[in-house]
Amino acid sequence: MVSSANTRSPLTFVVHLTVLFLVVMWTIPTAGLFISSIRDKDQLSVSGWWTALSASEQRLVTRIEIPKDQTMENGVYVIRGNVFTQAGDSSVQQFGYSSLKPQAFEAGTKAQMKRGKTLIVQANGDYVITSPKAFKGRGQRVFYTAEVPPRFTLDNYREVLTSEGLGKSFINSLTVTIPATIIPILMAAFAAYALAWMKFPGRALMVAAVVGLLVVPLQMSLIPLLRSYNVIGEFLGTGSKTYVGIWLAHTAFGLPLAIYLLRNYIAGLPREIIESARVDGASEFDIFRKIILPLSFPALASFSIFQFLWVWNDLLIAMVFLGNNEEQLVLTGRLRELLGSRGGNWEILTASAFITIIVPLCVFIGLQRFLVRGLLSGSVK
Amino acid sequence: MADLKLTNVKKIYDNNVEVMRDINLDIKQGEFIVFVGPSGCGKSTLLRMISGLESISGGTLEIDGDVVNDIPPALRGIAMVFQSYALYPHMTVYDNMAFSLQIAKVNKEEIDKQVRKAADMLQLTSYLDRLPKALSGGQRQRVAIGRAIVRQPKVFLFDEPLSNLDAALRVATRMEIANLKESMPESTMIYVTHDQVEAMTLADRIVLLSAGNIEQVGAPLDLYENPANVFVAKFIGSPAMNIMPATITNSENDAELTLNTGHLVQMPIRLNSSEKGLLAQFGVRPEDLTVCQSEADTVVVEGDVSFVESLGEATLLYVKTQEGAELVVAKLAGTLQYKRGDKVSLTAKPEKMHLFNAAGDNYRRL
Amino acid sequence: MGQLISALFVMSIGVLGCAVYFYGSNLLLDFCFPTKNRPHLVIARNLRITNTIRPWLFIGPALLALGFYLIFPVFDSLRLSFLDRTGENFIGFDNYRWLFSSAEFFESFKNNMLWLIVVPTAATFLGLVIATMTDRIWWGNIAKSLIFMPMAISFIGASVIWKFIYDFRSGDDAQIGLLNAIVVFFGGEPQAWITMPFWNNFFLMAILIWIQTGFAMVILSAALRGISEETIEAAVLDGANGVQIFFRIMVPQIWGTIAVVWTTITILVLKVFDIVLAMTNGQWNTQVLANQMFDWMFRGGGDSGRGAVIAIIIMVLVIPIMVWNIRRANAEMEGR
Ligand SMILES: Nc1ncnc2c1ncn2[C@@H]1O[C@H](COP(=O)(O)OP(=O)(O)OP(=O)(O)O)[C@@H](O)[C@H]1O
Ligand SMILES: [Mg+2]
Repeated sequence: MVSSANTRSPLTFVVHLTVLFLVVMWTIPTAGLFISSIRDKDQLSVSGWWTALSASEQRLVTRIEIPKDQTMENGVYVIRGNVFTQAGDSSVQQFGYSSLKPQAFEAGTKAQMKRGKTLIVQANGDYVITSPKAFKGRGQRVFYTAEVPPRFTLDNYREVLTSEGLGKSFINSLTVTIPATIIPILMAAFAAYALAWMKFPGRALMVAAVVGLLVVPLQMSLIPLLRSYNVIGEFLGTGSKTYVGIWLAHTAFGLPLAIYLLRNYIAGLPREIIESARVDGASEFDIFRKIILPLSFPALASFSIFQFLWVWNDLLIAMVFLGNNEEQLVLTGRLRELLGSRGGNWEILTASAFITIIVPLCVFIGLQRFLVRGLLSGSVK
Repeated sequence: MADLKLTNVKKIYDNNVEVMRDINLDIKQGEFIVFVGPSGCGKSTLLRMISGLESISGGTLEIDGDVVNDIPPALRGIAMVFQSYALYPHMTVYDNMAFSLQIAKVNKEEIDKQVRKAADMLQLTSYLDRLPKALSGGQRQRVAIGRAIVRQPKVFLFDEPLSNLDAALRVATRMEIANLKESMPESTMIYVTHDQVEAMTLADRIVLLSAGNIEQVGAPLDLYENPANVFVAKFIGSPAMNIMPATITNSENDAELTLNTGHLVQMPIRLNSSEKGLLAQFGVRPEDLTVCQSEADTVVVEGDVSFVESLGEATLLYVKTQEGAELVVAKLAGTLQYKRGDKVSLTAKPEKMHLFNAAGDNYRRL
Repeated sequence: MGQLISALFVMSIGVLGCAVYFYGSNLLLDFCFPTKNRPHLVIARNLRITNTIRPWLFIGPALLALGFYLIFPVFDSLRLSFLDRTGENFIGFDNYRWLFSSAEFFESFKNNMLWLIVVPTAATFLGLVIATMTDRIWWGNIAKSLIFMPMAISFIGASVIWKFIYDFRSGDDAQIGLLNAIVVFFGGEPQAWITMPFWNNFFLMAILIWIQTGFAMVILSAALRGISEETIEAAVLDGANGVQIFFRIMVPQIWGTIAVVWTTITILVLKVFDIVLAMTNGQWNTQVLANQMFDWMFRGGGDSGRGAVIAIIIMVLVIPIMVWNIRRANAEMEGR
């Protein structure tokens, strides 16, 4: 862009490299999250996700399930089984029976334990443990070092969607987001048309007020609204935490930007088109429905994407205006809760996080064009 | 029946500037009226007040005897064609033309009949399914006209409909509008332009506006031959009429005056004897000036050629008569070999001369 | 499935309710004051009436919503800031006195200032640099899309992503956090980044920078493309080199846009609380105003007075930007 003379210089090479580096920096975090979320949870917790494709050496432990299936063979009690819970290509390298010496024996050799017991673990995981007396009490722990091949699975997703309640939260998020996107668009479109093309007292003041409200921090509103909601909820007998309540809150908080963007756009439509419709006999409502709405489609689309992303990704308003229960917890709220309760379980966190971000990412990738257009009309002049 | 009557119509915008003052105008059914005037004189404002898009601040507007000041545009029986076409970009040509009838809940067959009839008239039939963006400028303007026709209005309003078109198309579309008028002799048309050729060619009557006032209303040639005042005289005709300061030296019989350049001219205009000695303005159109052929011709203009413009069919001479005076323009037929610095003497027929008083009004019309 | 259906039901009620209002109220107005097929006088009168009423039908809901959710709270917060924790008894300036003598407030104020300086600067600068560079390469649009992508990710989601990167394992265990793995790879000691005093603030800011750079880049890239090619060519003819052209010709021409980007991010920074809440909840000296305010809203049953005071501080910080915005918008409208 600066000058075409530069195009072939070594500088261009540097630019390519730098941009490549930055792109990697910006994408790696998300990629890591995604890769981790589809790894086996045992592998995930012991090796970095960048090793996901190489076999990993894991130190594992299993407890031999006691003791009902023990059998009598040649005068000794025997239990047979396999250390691996899942069949696979894993192979045992070493094993041991004490946590102090987990790698004491090579696979396939016989370990002599206390009280005449023996343990053999084969490379494929099969083990045989024998004892002169009947097994009882808690089962014997077997420590083993295994070479585990990379394993990818959707189990993490299955788990979070069902037992961690993310499925329900997903629906809750949709329930919050869809109306909280459509309602402000409707309201803002009407208001923007009035502010752009109708004559009434106080119009200029209102336009300035909208610009001012654009930057009023949400924090300002929370406490007074929480108090009002409590009063209103008590009065109506519905409680303060309702979907209607959060829709309206999101609507109002989205309105300044919506009105601002749409007013700018609608005010830019040619005046003669609107007058022409007026001469053609259209009422203001007809004009709005049949002329303004279709013509404002790009602006409407870009605002709805904004609002969708913003509502879906919101945590603050959901925490204040919705309950903390199964019925109302949205994805972001759920993720925060998991962050507290399952802080170390990365298989849960990564899968949950990916579920929360997948919808906005798809929206974003699919509709980027509109989003960019909206951003530009909102801030470049 | 679609007579229009404007009585003392005023327009005051929000900023308290009075942009139209006491407009009085009668328009008969079937007339083609053209509003002309310099930019900002209020042509559009007047047209938009007639259409109802702009409110009327004072006076009355009657259509067919009904005062319609407060009636919305759609019910005034008017249709308007805008400079920028104002087509609905998201509707096809067909829907654009059908829109007003759909709003009025006319039944489908009737709409279809009207739209096809108008499309046929304007050779738009093959474009009916297109969106406006897929049409050329001329086609768009025809759609805009078609949209007006479909409504079967009593009055057509055009606001500079041709000024977005290129020169060739403008001529063609101008003829189409003339044809349109021909084919609908009973509808009234009001047409705004600042192009005097359009005004002269299309109008039955021209309304010449300046700064919120009507300067003159009349047939095109009437305005040309008999301008009411200096403003009209200079506005109509190109190049503009030459105006030279003079003093009336004799008001018996034909008027006789002495130009500031010292030349004495006489013209067949009756004056009061009291006018003798008054300052006046003498006017002569460039195309009425000719080179003096003999000693007998009265010299009206004499001086050095300042520069020459050869147009082919005519030659424009800019003549400097006096230090500090405006250059006098003469439009002489044919190609003539003059060059800078040449001395010329020009004359004109007395009946082609104009005389205005100091306030600028034409003595012939006083 | 049942959940889904009931959710759909609730949603359609909400959306329909809104649509019905607009449709219904306008039809009602047209029905009460018809402007078609009536004598002229009636039409003229009805038209005047509908023209007075209709703007308010259009703008009414928005006005009510803005009034109740944004304007009334500003004043109510102000009022509450003079009341005690229950919002019932007047206690004068006690809340303000508490605020200015609380170490916690100064900590979060200091941190907030740090955020306000670092995040907008870094995001705008990186955005500008990336915008300039991606404009010069053929795969620039793909690069831009990828860098823009974090914009779509929630702060809480981004926090999980980055918490994973900052993960720390003590002892000889393999590091599964990328940052520590890199440190170890280069022979360093793994660190618990999140708890490292002072510097941990920067690790949190990195998250917001990561999210916002794309925004800055997209807008600045459009502004850069709006610069007339001729000024740049003129500078080339005048003998300026690439760096000079960038700083002396291009940047000055897009100052306005840079300011807009800067202030937009600044406002966002003032409101950010999710990241701090998720990463540290204000521990290890990372508290910021927004999180502290949220904390006081609910701490020990909630202290509305102290919460409101902190909200007001945030508001005061925003006011200069608000004034500037309104001025700019007014100037723009007059320019039309
Ligand atoms: N909405 C308005 N508010 C205030 N003044 C206006 C408004 N519209 C027009 N004017 C003023 O009224 C005067 C007449 O404007 P109008 O548009 O009628 O001129 P016009 O003759 O159509 O000019 P043009 O040939 O340039 O179209 C102008 O001086 C203009 O500045
Ligand atoms: Mg005009």
